[in-house]
Parts: sequence; structure tokens; C-alpha cells
Amino acid sequence: MRKLLVTILGISALAVCRPGFCIPPATAEPPGSPPVSADVNPLLGLPPLPVPADNPQTPAKIQLGNKLFHDKRFSIDGTISCSSCHDDNKAFTDNLPVAVGHHGLTGTRNAPTVINAAFNKLQFWDGREPSLEAQSKAPFINPLEAGLPSHQPILDIVRSDADYRKAFNEVFGVQADKLTMEHVSKAIASFERSIIAGNSAFDRYYFKADKSALTEQQQRGFQLFLGQGRCVSCHVIEQDQALFTDGRFHNIGIGINAIQQDVPPLVQAFLEAKAHGGNVDQMVLSDKKTSELGRFAVTQSFNDMGAFKTPTLRNIALTAPYMHDGSLKTLKDVIIHYNNGGVTPAGAQVNAYLSGGIRPLNLTDSQIDDLDTFLEALTSAQFAKPTASAVIPGDSHDKH
Amino acid sequence: MTNINRSRRHFLKTGGMLALGSALPISLVELAFAEPSQNFSFAYISDAHIQHIKDARFVRNWDRGLIRAVAETNLLTPKPDFVIFGGDLAQLGSQAELDHGAEMLSALNHKVHHVMGEHDYYLDLGAYWQKLFGPQYYSFDHKGVHFIVLNSIRTYDDWTYKRWPTAEQRMVEMAGLDNPNSSPFMVGDEQRQWLKADLAKVAKTAPIVVFSHSPLQKIYKGWNFWTEDAEQIQALLKPFNKVSVIYGHVHQIQYNQIGNISFNSVMATAWPWPYPNTYAQAEQYLPKLTVPMNRADPFFERDATGWQFINLSNGNVDMNFTLYSNTERVVRFDKLKKQPQDRDYQAESSRIDPQRHY
Repeated sequence: MRKLLVTILGISALAVCRPGFCIPPATAEPPGSPPVSADVNPLLGLPPLPVPADNPQTPAKIQLGNKLFHDKRFSIDGTISCSSCHDDNKAFTDNLPVAVGHHGLTGTRNAPTVINAAFNKLQFWDGREPSLEAQSKAPFINPLEAGLPSHQPILDIVRSDADYRKAFNEVFGVQADKLTMEHVSKAIASFERSIIAGNSAFDRYYFKADKSALTEQQQRGFQLFLGQGRCVSCHVIEQDQALFTDGRFHNIGIGINAIQQDVPPLVQAFLEAKAHGGNVDQMVLSDKKTSELGRFAVTQSFNDMGAFKTPTLRNIALTAPYMHDGSLKTLKDVIIHYNNGGVTPAGAQVNAYLSGGIRPLNLTDSQIDDLDTFLEALTSAQFAKPTASAVIPGDSHDKH
Repeated sequence: MTNINRSRRHFLKTGGMLALGSALPISLVELAFAEPSQNFSFAYISDAHIQHIKDARFVRNWDRGLIRAVAETNLLTPKPDFVIFGGDLAQLGSQAELDHGAEMLSALNHKVHHVMGEHDYYLDLGAYWQKLFGPQYYSFDHKGVHFIVLNSIRTYDDWTYKRWPTAEQRMVEMAGLDNPNSSPFMVGDEQRQWLKADLAKVAKTAPIVVFSHSPLQKIYKGWNFWTEDAEQIQALLKPFNKVSVIYGHVHQIQYNQIGNISFNSVMATAWPWPYPNTYAQAEQYLPKLTVPMNRADPFFERDATGWQFINLSNGNVDMNFTLYSNTERVVRFDKLKKQPQDRDYQAESSRIDPQRHY
């Protein structure tokens, strides 16, 4: 049911979308759901959805993308689809430290949630792709993920499968023999762009002035988030919306701390390989140490050594384990990592390239708990588990 | 792509090396070997201001700045021929600070030449520094270029030897800004005589590069952006065709041309001048300043600090500033105008506007 709901949300959201711009609707209720009050806009707290001019949202396209997203035939052994790692039932991630591909092969990075990925300025942890469209093509042909040798097997399927032929023709007006990966990736991106969610307890507290939406402890946590915790400097909140990310890349002492001595030879070897045509996607996902170079692997800039993208914190309570390598099990572990000044465990050696914003925070244990509780208030109503302590009125999808 | 192309062009022009920041250094190795000239590069780290709090505690922010510059210098490809440390390794000249700084610098995979800063000097007049790093002024030749290192932060003997009851007070008075008890920096008679004799052995056509901590020109006396006998030193350097002076102390990018002498400053790894006092969620250990100014990103402690590597291209200095989370800057000698020029911001129209939201 959840999958259906998400799809419907995307469709209802598109009534006010036009290429390049989209205004969240005042309310976007799934048809047939019980009446809910007007302030339970599922997109509450989100900015306008960016939609590329050459890939406008349509219900049929989103539906096609949904199908492609879940099609396991697009892998070397027929076991892996996008949803293998971005599971609808696990907040569009897999709750594993790093993504698992065909034959149980593991990569180097934690599968990020698709929820609100549409707002990312760049895709992947290191930002190596500029859009959902570009991003969606890579995992199919990564040897550790879907493992296809090329995109040809996908094209063979969508050109011959009667349902796909019909759907692509409907959506793009394209005949089967003219079908390309651009069409496939556009449809997948459209589907992903429909998976957006605001309306957390925080949103009702902050944007609707509903003071009862956060517990007192969560309110204390919010003040720490803004102040002593220094969280908001990267996990940005604006006056009228909050994505909880600055869209930038920071070295926060995850991964690279442990391989500092190897950085000079790694850099040399990586750049040599890249200069000789090495594929960054494959190099960073197949070698743990190379992965830790972070965005440097993309830009070759000192600023980006060991740096990874600031992820959104929306629905963060649902997407454990954490960090680009899934190395921290709980949100409390994450807060403690920052409290230590960018090291885990406390007292370990900080890497030389640590972002200048990261320093010990001197939070007490109870402050850490306050922050932890606040982060649980960022879960969107439609993804909140029914067992969660705060059952949100209007969060009715489980009754469908 | 633009960056890479542009950098390659830059490379071909100068024949020097490039920052990892904007190019694929590996591709440059081949180019470098294809270039037969004597062009070479060196790195320059300066003004670390390592500050002892007590026991084994040092100010973390300053430590991190130096550690980062050292680690990045070690990644330069091709390797720079040597590294200059431009002075003010310590904050108040103590052995603990100099030892701690020297230990961090020991991670460099290069020969390091040291320049004396006033923060290293005025506690024991350079005695411990000299034990660690060698003479306070000296010269050396490298690939046809004559390098001179001066201790330019000395002052009048009366001030140094007779004025202060303790060495600690002398140190603190000299470290102060806008301090009427301070005294102007100078190279002094002894070194000027040595300089004259040293220069007598050098061909007038040989490129000369002088490293000093203070500017060897007169900019602002209150903060000792100043060398009292600057004119006399400039006169000694005048007979030479190509002279460059590279100095620290000012924690910002400055460049100038006086006659035949090009002046370039280097960035600090510790903090930028001027510096705001406004963002103080934690104890900052910043010197008290009179002219606070906005900084682009106060959350990010490395903002507006950096280090640099320098191409010597046909005897002229090209400064490449590595600035964190900031547009990297290149100040290059312009052969037509015969002066240093910012590669990107020389034209009025291409300058970055100061903040105007007040």
C-alpha cells in the first residue's frame, strides 16, 4: 500500500507542476482517503520541486518509471532492481551498511534514500552525477550492483516487451526501435521525483507554529541543532522550507580517518588510473580505500579530499545505518562522532583534511539524547511507522 | 572541463606545475618532462601561529591549519623542489610551541627552509629557533636562481635590549597590534652589510628571490606591515634584472611592484587578517584586533586561510594560492606590464564586490 500511496502522491503533486518549476499543492490527499485537515499537506516544509524542462512529470511517465524501478530483469542474474537497495518498505533504502548487488557482492557505500533525492543538486555521495536522469543509468552497469556489461540488455527488454513498448509509446511517443536509455532514465527519474515527502512533526512545529508537535525534549534538541551542535550550518533550515542539507561536500572524518597514511599513494594511483580512462563509478565502488577519497575522486580538488555530500535529515530515523559507508549504527553514534570533533571512537586520530567546520562540541550526554530525539521528529507522516510513539492524525495509509 | 583546459593552457605558458586543485596532475608529469627549461616550483607555508594553552594542550584550530597544509603539500605532483616556511611558526616564541610546530612540519617530504617571524623571535631572540632550524639569515642557489632569506623582524637595539623587564613582556609587546609600545621591524645594519657582500657574488642577470617575514616595503606601520629600512634594502637589490620578494606576516594576498622588484605576500594557515570577532560560539584565542571584518564563511575555521606553491618561470614568480572552499587565486608576473597581476581579478569589472548588505 505504501508504494501505491507514494505514487499517488507524486501524481497528485503534479497538478501544479510545469517544466522547471512546481508548487507544492496545498493539500495532496490520496483519492479515497478519509478527510484530513488542510494543514496535513504531505509536502509541508519542502521547497518547490525542481523538474527539468526536458522531462516534465506526467502520471503515465511516473507509472512507467515505477515499473522500471522494480524490474529485476535489468540485472546480470535477474535478481537486482533499483528497489533492491532502495526498498519501498524500508524508506527507499536497504538498512544495510553498504549496498548489496548481484550474487551478494558488496560495494563501498551506503544506499541513500530516494525520498527527496529529487531536491539534491548532485547525485551520489560524491556528487559524480548531476541529475536523477544521469544517476539512474550507472548502477545497471556497475559490476558490483546490477552487473550488466552494457545497457543493451535493458534496451532489448523494453523494445520487445509488449507492455513496455506500449507504455514508452504512450509516454514519449517513441517507437520501440527508437527507444534509448535516455527514455528509460527519464522515466525512472520521473518516478523518483514523485517520491517526495515533508510534513514531519518538525514541519508542523516550525512552519505551522504547532508547538505541541514536538515534545519538550525535542524542542531542546532543536535548539541544540541550531546552536551548540552546529548541525544547521550544513543541514540547512530556511524560513519557509527545510531540506536539511547545504548540497555541499564535507570531510567529517568518516572513512578517511582510518587510511590517512595511504592517501598520497592512493591519490597517485587513482589519478593515474583516471588519466588512463578509468571509470570513476567503478573505481570508487569496488575499492574501499579509493572510495574514501570522496569527492576528490570527482574534482581532484584539495577541498574535496575525503569529502561527501551532506545528506538530507528528513526521514533520517528510518534510514540506519548512517554515513557514506554505513559505519555508524545509530543516530546517537553519529551525534557522538561529531561531538568528538570528527572521530570515532573518541581519541582516534583526526585526518589532516578534516573540514574546518568540524570541531569538538562539548555536548553532555543528556544534550546528545535531546538531539537524538529531535532527529526522530523529522520523519514524514506517510513514512512514520504505526508503532512510533507519536501517531500522527491523518497518517492513514495503513488503514487502506 | 573548462578548468582543466584552462589549467593546461596555464601550464604550457608557465612551464611550471599546477595545483591539484584544478587539474589532473598526472597528465602534467609528462608535460613537465617535455619542458626543457630550468623552471621549477616550490611550496610556501607560513604563519601557523602554533599556540600553547597549557600542559599538552595547543589551540586546535591553528594545529589543524598547519597539519592540512603539510598534508596537501605532500600530495603535489610533480613534487616541489623544496618548501619555505615563512615565519611565525609559534605564537609566543616558546620552546613548546616551536617544538610542536617543528614536529608537524617534520611530516613534509621535502627540504624545508625557514624564515624567522617576530612571534618566533622576541622571547629568546631566536636562540631556540636557531637550534632547531639553523641560521637566521642565509642564502642558497637553486637551478640558477639566487635565494636570500633575511630576518626582517628585528628592531632598534634600545627597544630589544633595554626597554623590557622580562623577555615574556617583550614578546607580548611586539605581538600586539596598534600597540604604541611596539617598534618598527627592520633588517638592520649587520644583515644589510652581509646582504651587500652576498649580492656582490651574484651576476646581475641572475634571478633573485628574497624571503622575509615582513614586507620589505612600507604598508601599514600600526600592524608592522612595514620594514623600517625597506628603501635601503630595495637600493641594494636595484642593480639586478629580476628580483622578487615573498613575505608572510600579513595573512592576506598582497602584490606590488616597486621598480625592478616584485612583491608578493603569502597566506597564513592560522587565521586571515582582518578577522571578525563576531562568531565566537567557543573560545577563539584570537589576538585582539581593531578592524574586524566580514569573512565569507565563519562556520568554517579554515575559511580565508591557505598556503601556496610558486612557479619560478623564467626567473619570475607565479603565486598559486590554495584557499579552502574558496576560488583559488593565481597572481602571476605579467611580462608586458612588468608587474604581478591577479590572473582573474585584475580588471575592475571582474573583481568581487565587497559585502553591501549593511
